[in-house]
Amino acid sequence: MQYLLLIYIAESEERMGDPAEHAAYGAFTQDIVQKGQFKAGDALQPVATATTVRVRDGKTLTTDGPFAETREQLGGYYLIEAKDLDEATGIAARIPGAKRGSIEVRPVRVLS
Amino acid sequence: MTDTEIEAAFRREAGSALATLIRLLGDFDLAEDSLQDAFAGALKAWRRSGPPDHPRAWLIRAARNRAVDQLRRRVRLNAKTPMLTIDAALALPEITDDDDDIAGDDTLRLIFTCCHPALAMEARVALTLRTVCGLATPSIARAFLVSEETMAQRLVRAKAKIKAARVPYRVPPPELLEERLEGVLAVIYLVFTEDYAGIDGGDRGLADEAIRLARLVGGLMPGQAGVEGLLALMLLQDARRPARTDADGGIVRLEDQDRSLWDRGKIAEGVRLVETALARPGRPNSYAIQAAIAALHGQAARFEATDWPQIAGLYEVLLRVHPSAVIELNHAVAVSMVDGPTRALNLIDSLNARGGLTGYHLLHAARAEMLRRLERNDEAAEAFRRALSLAPTEAERRFLRGRLAGLGAAPLVPNPNQI
Repeated sequence: MQYLLLIYIAESEERMGDPAEHAAYGAFTQDIVQKGQFKAGDALQPVATATTVRVRDGKTLTTDGPFAETREQLGGYYLIEAKDLDEATGIAARIPGAKRGSIEVRPVRVLS
Repeated sequence: MTDTEIEAAFRREAGSALATLIRLLGDFDLAEDSLQDAFAGALKAWRRSGPPDHPRAWLIRAARNRAVDQLRRRVRLNAKTPMLTIDAALALPEITDDDDDIAGDDTLRLIFTCCHPALAMEARVALTLRTVCGLATPSIARAFLVSEETMAQRLVRAKAKIKAARVPYRVPPPELLEERLEGVLAVIYLVFTEDYAGIDGGDRGLADEAIRLARLVGGLMPGQAGVEGLLALMLLQDARRPARTDADGGIVRLEDQDRSLWDRGKIAEGVRLVETALARPGRPNSYAIQAAIAALHGQAARFEATDWPQIAGLYEVLLRVHPSAVIELNHAVAVSMVDGPTRALNLIDSLNARGGLTGYHLLHAARAEMLRRLERNDEAAEAFRRALSLAPTEAERRFLRGRLAGLGAAPLVPNPNQI
């Protein structure tokens, strides 16, 4: 079963440039790759670069910024393979950003 | 066999039969529906020829057959249903005897799944009462003062999340056990306190259900100080229930209670359990410490004979293990019985200044009692009025109005029943 781990973190606290944080992410990613749990994962550019698109009555509305202003912003994600929610939350808890931000764990819907 | 006897036998076995069926079928709804069908079958078959030797095995087998029929029908209607599910159900091992170990393991799996931290607290409570205790949805709705529809929705959502997010159906592994067991105990205690606090028409049965659940978990997981401590705490609190309200449903204070009404059997069992729990190695468990405090009250022949220095000391231990503002308040009240109201008032005022309990009626009620004992009646009346405006139940408001009247002051807050 696949889960999407969404990493929400206050951008003011973002420390991706920090070498220690960078190394921690590297080690974590390598570990889940080796265990066969890693499917995909990326860090995102800051929310200031976000553009939101909506289509209403056939018209495309493009606006600057994220879809909602929140205290913590989506900063990156992992797509993982886990056997159940306990395993998924266990992996989520090891993401370096979990210590300062929040990780939302979402099961990926299986279309039958 | 009469229908009443069959129903009683069914209720005895239904919880653990359901627990096994959920494991076998991997689906809460399918398990519940087919068990209900099996019960209908039991009514017919058992009425005729009496109960089978192993009612649980009978029910599981009958329900499994219904589930297989149900799955076959779904396949006919919708070719997309994975054949695997049916194969798995068909390949169920024959349940030939009453295996208590398997039944116990499955019951624990069910309890831990219903109390999983991925579910909201209110959903955990509802699901536990519905599936483990077998209470009907309308009864649970009544106990929690929500509509039947709301409660049904809550149950549907919880089951849907278990399925969609794949909450594992298992007893947690050792590294998660302590934390998850704490979660189970929190659910049980919430079921208990819902009854304890709900003097305004609360469902009496919930306290009994909570005690039954704690006994069940204790029997399946022996040697856990937390379970023993919680069971002791609930028994000791429940023992005082008959004395806690007067004929009109009014609150009777601990010091005014007729102690001959206390249930001595529950107190004795509670005291035994506290001693066992506190003797276990490791950090003392917070439920066990609270139970030890309740045990000291339970063992005091008269209010004046209460061992307040030890109770104050236990609250200090409790504050180290489990810091909380409500415990600080209780500690202050115990201190007033040892060192007098001045010191206790200082503790309550500093607690009040920190702001966490400003909206808690019992803080203001305790403050009022200290001021009354210091004969500062105007300030006491003021504090009682504040408590009155915050009290959540009519029984508590009635009690506080009585205290206020005892000071010779009239309540400024109108009685909502007179409006």
